[in-house]
Amino acid sequence: MIVTQFPFHCLVEKLVTSLTCYSAQASKMKIRRILMKLGSLAAGLVLAGAGRAGAQLLVNGAGATFPYPIYSKWFDEYSKVDPSVRFNYQSIGSGAGQKQILEGTVDFGASDGPMSDHNLAKAPGKILHVPTVAGADVVTYNLPGAPALRLDGPCIAGIFLGQITRWNDPRLTKLNPGAALPDADILVVHRADGSGTTYIFADYLSSVSPEWAGKVGRGTAVRWPAGLGAKGNEGVTGQIKQMPGAIGYVELVYAMQNHLPYASVKNAVGNFVTPSVASVTAALAAAAIPDDFRFSMVNPPGADAYPIAGATWLLVYQQQRNAEKGRKMVEFLKWAMKEGEDMAPQLDYAPLPPALNKRVLAEIGGIRY
Amino acid sequence: MMNASIAKKNVVLAPPSKAGDAAFKLLTWCMAMMVFVLVALIGWELWQGSELSLQKFGWRFLIRSDWDPVSGHFGALPFMFGTFVSSVLGLLIALPLSVATAIYLTELAPGWVRQPAITLMEMLASIPSVILGLWGIFVLVPWLRDHPFALLQKVFGFLPIFGGHIYGASVLSAAVIIAIMIVPIITSISREVLRAVPDSQREAAFALGATRWEVTRLAVLRGSMRGIFGAAMLGLGRALGETMAVTMVIGNSPDISASLFAPGYTLASAIANEFSEATDDLYRSALFELGLVLLLVTIVTNILAHLLVGAVSAPKHDAHA
Repeated sequence: MIVTQFPFHCLVEKLVTSLTCYSAQASKMKIRRILMKLGSLAAGLVLAGAGRAGAQLLVNGAGATFPYPIYSKWFDEYSKVDPSVRFNYQSIGSGAGQKQILEGTVDFGASDGPMSDHNLAKAPGKILHVPTVAGADVVTYNLPGAPALRLDGPCIAGIFLGQITRWNDPRLTKLNPGAALPDADILVVHRADGSGTTYIFADYLSSVSPEWAGKVGRGTAVRWPAGLGAKGNEGVTGQIKQMPGAIGYVELVYAMQNHLPYASVKNAVGNFVTPSVASVTAALAAAAIPDDFRFSMVNPPGADAYPIAGATWLLVYQQQRNAEKGRKMVEFLKWAMKEGEDMAPQLDYAPLPPALNKRVLAEIGGIRY
Repeated sequence: MMNASIAKKNVVLAPPSKAGDAAFKLLTWCMAMMVFVLVALIGWELWQGSELSLQKFGWRFLIRSDWDPVSGHFGALPFMFGTFVSSVLGLLIALPLSVATAIYLTELAPGWVRQPAITLMEMLASIPSVILGLWGIFVLVPWLRDHPFALLQKVFGFLPIFGGHIYGASVLSAAVIIAIMIVPIITSISREVLRAVPDSQREAAFALGATRWEVTRLAVLRGSMRGIFGAAMLGLGRALGETMAVTMVIGNSPDISASLFAPGYTLASAIANEFSEATDDLYRSALFELGLVLLLVTIVTNILAHLLVGAVSAPKHDAHA
């Protein structure tokens, strides 16, 4: 009896969840993701059949969920460029992506945050960070009449620290002289699941608020001083839509495709910038990027740069074990930096600016196999 | 002549081999053992996975209430609290509903109501929990927040459990969702239990002049307590491990709050939410340990439940005899 009541349904449920969560969310983006997934699955099955005949090379990768739509598009397009190789990507989370590349169970990893020194030290060889595209977090809210909102770093930090608790707080009304902000409680909604989105947001708050940096810090999951947590962009959006007076952060891509209201944020130069693909690319161009490409691009000093932005990376070993796979991977990465980057804006991702693109190509050229 | 030849043949036949029986016994034994092996393996894996966290925090993991992945401080108490409160509350809401439904379906309902109702109940059980969770976010929680919760606070607001700000997403909302999820299982098992009561027992009670209620109470329910209790425990088992729908409505804040309107967190939700992006070893290990705690909580609850069932049902058996 004891044994039979062990929650096996937890395990089963995880499976079911991963299958059903796609069908459950009605947003266009999700449907697009499903179609892509189905498409790549179907293509995979067909190619797998063909592969047996033509000895097709399979390159496996796993990691971040945020860039999944664009990676999936890249792999699909690239299969037309070079039919002899097939890329298989599982979007299982940045943490799992880092772990799998460290253990060598995949040929490449993907992560929304750079790997820590501690994790890199555990790797059997040198792992290169290849930045691919950038995205941003937007601050979205539920206010009567959806007035345009202007926020700055200290205000956002104050709200998420639980110190600014009313919409008509003088610190907010000062930034928004025209808007009619109600005399109501601010209800904070944040991500409950660990995510790259949270990393970017916490990274930004740490850079603009010493108090946040000291009390909370940066990470894919943090100890939130205020509010309630929801799962995924869709969960946060759902909670915000249901609670008048709520505020939270979601991915730019998600907010644009679902037509959510979002605030313009004061950047390091002092301009209020509306989040967009262009202002995120401007942020990438203004960010100081070291040679190992492990960079943070929040609050960079560009006039048009949107401050709450972050890049996403592919993780590959500099010394490839399998020469054939290594060669194919380098060919693909070079293609991604040229043709692939052009596809990014269509899917609402910010491509790398030309100068950075050149540096990344040089890094890719250094992969040995 | 015929008889003699048959008798002769019988004598010639070798006695049936016992090998088949032995093999069958061994095979079923192996299958039965698989369950134990599986649970032991799961326990062992969880123990292995949580080694770092066990070393660092020891048993204090169970009483620590901070959960800060950035600075590496982990404790399970808020999650245990949330799991316990939401499950037990869910069970308290679901149990009277389920037992009443089961009584109606077995004792009172006309045939044309019974079968559709049973089918609907089974359909309710097969709704994926993520669907219930979405319905929870968009329909149930806003309604609960604006009507029942507001009313509860108006009337009982002086009690700390109904105090504080009403967000909507809360421990109480999670309990309501859990109740909806476990009603089908408790109802259908209770129904089976009530159906197992022989009709002769009901007829005997009617013959003694008992009313419908007395028949139900004395002839049917009294002997079924143990079974209904078992059904409730199965429901509780499901409630403890329920993940997806609960995550979507509980608010996911690892705080221990007196108010049922405050957001909370459960063991299963924390694992589901945080595992995929846990890049740090200690963090992952602490999540493993939450899994271990959940396993232990489930086992301990079951053992306690069995002891309770024994205590509850023992005198009833005497009454029967």
